[in-house]
Amino acid sequence: MSDASSPKIVIVGAGPAGIRAAAALVEAGFHPVVIDEGNRAGGQIYRRPPDGFVRTPEQLYGSEAAKARALHALFDRLAKEARLTHCAGSSVIAVHEGRLHVLGEGGVQLVSYDRLILATGASDRVTPVPGWQSAGVYSLGAAQIALKAQGVALGRRIVLVGSGPLLTLVGAQLVKAGADVAAVLDTSSWHRQMPGLWDLAARPLVALRGLTLRARLGRRYHAGVTLERIETDGIGVSAMRWHDTGGRQHLTPCDMIGMGWHLRAETHLADLAGCAFIYDEQCRQWLPKIDRMGRAGNGLYLAGDGVRLLGADGAEITGRLAAAACLADLGLPTPSLSADLRKLARLERFARGLARAFPWPAAMARALPDDAVVCRCENVTAAALRESTGFGGSEANRVKSLSRIGMGRCQGRYCQLAAVELIAARIGSTPGAVGRFRGQAPVRPAPIGAFLREG
Amino acid sequence: MITAGRIVRLAEFGRAQLHFTLDGQMCSALAGDTVLTAMLASGHVLRSSEFAPEPRAGFCLMGACQDCWVWQQEGPRIRACSALITEGMRLLTTPPESWL
Repeated sequence: MSDASSPKIVIVGAGPAGIRAAAALVEAGFHPVVIDEGNRAGGQIYRRPPDGFVRTPEQLYGSEAAKARALHALFDRLAKEARLTHCAGSSVIAVHEGRLHVLGEGGVQLVSYDRLILATGASDRVTPVPGWQSAGVYSLGAAQIALKAQGVALGRRIVLVGSGPLLTLVGAQLVKAGADVAAVLDTSSWHRQMPGLWDLAARPLVALRGLTLRARLGRRYHAGVTLERIETDGIGVSAMRWHDTGGRQHLTPCDMIGMGWHLRAETHLADLAGCAFIYDEQCRQWLPKIDRMGRAGNGLYLAGDGVRLLGADGAEITGRLAAAACLADLGLPTPSLSADLRKLARLERFARGLARAFPWPAAMARALPDDAVVCRCENVTAAALRESTGFGGSEANRVKSLSRIGMGRCQGRYCQLAAVELIAARIGSTPGAVGRFRGQAPVRPAPIGAFLREG
Repeated sequence: MITAGRIVRLAEFGRAQLHFTLDGQMCSALAGDTVLTAMLASGHVLRSSEFAPEPRAGFCLMGACQDCWVWQQEGPRIRACSALITEGMRLLTTPPESWL
């Protein structure tokens, strides 16, 4: 069916969701185009090191090695047999009138599509801690990528802060690899974690694995902490100042801090493609509106952590569902999906448990001291944000215009959620009512030269 | 293995060595290092901030935050977390003089 008259289906992202979607389309006789920023398919969670690295998938991905192996082998085979087109090392920087603007080595190319599947993944959900703009502060995901894809720790003495499964996982992985992890500070208390247990039991093995990993952290792990300030010297981080549930003050010397509170969906392209958004109270963020299968309307489909924050296993399922929805809309038969839909419901219950047990620290964001930097790209402080609400800035994009929050190089990816909490607290409103920053193209920086054509 | 810079190498030691300059100083890295890894194995920062006094050393390492764009002596900037180091690269933690 991959002749000139066949609809052109483009997938953005070659993580678990993108790979499963591509495989399902190939199975149905299509030749999808897969555009991905990585040099090798796998996404972030199953990211592969560059050529010449020797650790095995078992060493890199632990209990998930078999899944990583299967996905890598599947994608590599389909690419080798030329049953799909893989545009590696390429960033989609805009979507406009049925065409993608793709930035690669040779500049910006236009890629048209009839149907588009976005599997753009997620990054760490962070909230500012005073001092977080200093060198040596990274996301938890960064600490994990450094270890997996480069075999390095980002500091000699490490403190990890935040909450959620990645906090424990990255801590345990670093300890196992021989890094010096001084402390793992969880902003969720034991008391808070208990009510989530019922839903976490939806995946007993995963929950048990989490507890085992936490046990490996031993006395490094502290639940229910309050993060006060990242202390710095001339070149970067020098210590983490925090207090425990009993109110005792601690100053933990370190030269690297990893931070993260679960995930934030990467939604810029969905926004540019015209998706509607809804504020998700459970994930405490705006997510693209889709149906059960991942349909967003107008030939657009969404899959993976870019729309439903369920992790890698969920991404494989929603990748298959999005491809099936696409096939169904083309009037083609689809494989039975009842098993995937059942599994999806179980993963959703687990995600509810995670959200309850390891909540987004809204109160911490709302109470940021005035001198704390909220936007680390352009040094916009909490005071500047609060002040801007006095000039009619009760809506997210008004505050953005007035204060420049979210206008820097990351385009609000790392400050938006905390900024919206701050605004909501200031004007006595809710994050859902304050709204979200509109996505703007290009969603990645592009040099002017990339747009120039010779002749 | 503790480096002269910020990072600690924990695995993958058997790779070929290559050379680059960082602010004019000759440094070595391993084939397969990203520019970020190479620079932070030899130093503590990637760049200065245009808006704040604190130097920067990257943040997300997955191409989302754009914190790690660094200068090269010959002009074009590169995103240090996604570009691999190559023999003879001439990297800078501050803009080249011709830019100022």
